[in-house]
Amino acid sequence: MAPPADARLQLEAVRLTALYGRRAVVKDVSILFPAHTVTAVIGPSGCGKTTFLRCLNRMHELSEGGWVTGTVLLDGADIYDPGVDPVQLRRRIGMVFQRPTPFPTMSIYDNVAAGLRVNGRRARGELDAVVERALRQAVLWDEVKDRLKKSALDLSGGQQQRLCIARALAPAPEVLLLDEPTASLDPAGTQRIEELCHELKARYTIVIVTHNLQQAGRVSDYTAFFYLGDLVEVGRTEALFTKPAKEQTEAYLTGRFG
Amino acid sequence: MNVRRLRRRVVSGLMTGLVAALSFVAVLALLLILGHLIAKGASSLDWSFFVKTPVPAGQTGGGVAHAIVGTILIVGVAALIGVPIGIGTGLYLAEYGSGRLGWTVRFVADVLNGTPSIVLGIFAWTWLVRPMGGYSALAGSVALAALMVPMLARTTEEMVRLVPHSLREAALALGYPRWRTSLRIVARTAAAGIITGCLVGIARIAGETAPLLFTALGNLNFTTNVLQPMQTLSLQIFTYATGPFEEWHRLAWAAALVLMVLVLVLALAARAAIRQHHGAAS
Repeated sequence: MAPPADARLQLEAVRLTALYGRRAVVKDVSILFPAHTVTAVIGPSGCGKTTFLRCLNRMHELSEGGWVTGTVLLDGADIYDPGVDPVQLRRRIGMVFQRPTPFPTMSIYDNVAAGLRVNGRRARGELDAVVERALRQAVLWDEVKDRLKKSALDLSGGQQQRLCIARALAPAPEVLLLDEPTASLDPAGTQRIEELCHELKARYTIVIVTHNLQQAGRVSDYTAFFYLGDLVEVGRTEALFTKPAKEQTEAYLTGRFG
Repeated sequence: MNVRRLRRRVVSGLMTGLVAALSFVAVLALLLILGHLIAKGASSLDWSFFVKTPVPAGQTGGGVAHAIVGTILIVGVAALIGVPIGIGTGLYLAEYGSGRLGWTVRFVADVLNGTPSIVLGIFAWTWLVRPMGGYSALAGSVALAALMVPMLARTTEEMVRLVPHSLREAALALGYPRWRTSLRIVARTAAAGIITGCLVGIARIAGETAPLLFTALGNLNFTTNVLQPMQTLSLQIFTYATGPFEEWHRLAWAAALVLMVLVLVLALAARAAIRQHHGAAS
């Protein structure tokens, strides 16, 4: 891979191993996510792709028995350094989960503002502007601008997921991690989220875990194939899909397993 | 084939009838008690019952204003003490209580839950009434709070555990510190259930008599000084019902009715809190 022009926003895993107790579920993975690109992480169920994603914002260590060796560099700095506060770090790396997780007690507005408020009090006008910007980026603004004070649970599943994306974008993170964001959505909702990926990569570095190979092909610049905790292969998406270097990758892509 | 279907229908009908009859028996008990209280007590409920204090034994008239105010005060102070401790303990158990300390706290709460309330009264007498040099409403409140805390802790724990784990992760991934996740996201999502637990707990202690016998003691006069002995409806019922005067029995029935209505109102409020929550969720 060519070194990226913009070293800021770049994310890199270096010999990363993720464990539950003594069982390694991600094994010695080194991979570079260039700035302003979308990287798809694919592989069969249980191959460690979600766990890998959760190592990138230090969520894995919150799981029972979860710990890592190796490290992750954000903008060249070690995020597993003892001096790094994981809470502060997670404000720089946004995450969206498989199922929409709007906060049920909060309004649409408060959901989007949640990540900003936790970061300290802000002037009302500034908050309004950031909430609107985040909702516009997530292509949800036109659908909710007249009911910002309504419960977030009144939205449809696809809208809730875009709300969660807006919520992740509002604190202006540098990296966006998407864990099968369209798994519980219908085709129309899926398409909107995929379009969103294209628009957002101008501003962010995006890593998306997906089960759906077509989706990986549509949204990503790079694709990484995981199998049984190993990173089998990573490369430009067209290249990996048309001419995989490893036999395992080809077998998976052609549907022989997984 | 038809015989089988018929058999299934008959058995199904019988079982439905049986469980309906059993639930009717359960509801019947409440209806009988309420009906009896209304029959015996409603006639004594007049304005003076609510605003006057007792008249000397043997005379007619008088009211239980002191006991109504006393119940509200003692239960109110007990709730002020018990609710924060109970909710705090429950939150701790649900969010951080997986270790040995959590196990111990849970065990102690369960034992306290099963402790007869009169035993709590005796402890309050030993630790508060004796050192303070006299019976007081405050000691009664502490005894009632001790009764309420384990109940509330376990209810809160159950309610907080119902909050999906994904919600917690969403907050943490957004850069919420753990304590703010617990308070702002998890506790607020479980709020309706916790409030219901509080109301049920308050209703439960409002009717308690035993823990107050050695603590609040009872008082024939009107007082709002929580450092003095104070009357409550439950103590009033106890005194009047066991007394020799017809007039006292009459007032005891009326007081029992008032207490029962008070508890019913709290139970209905708890129901309303749940319904409001589900209304917002759907």
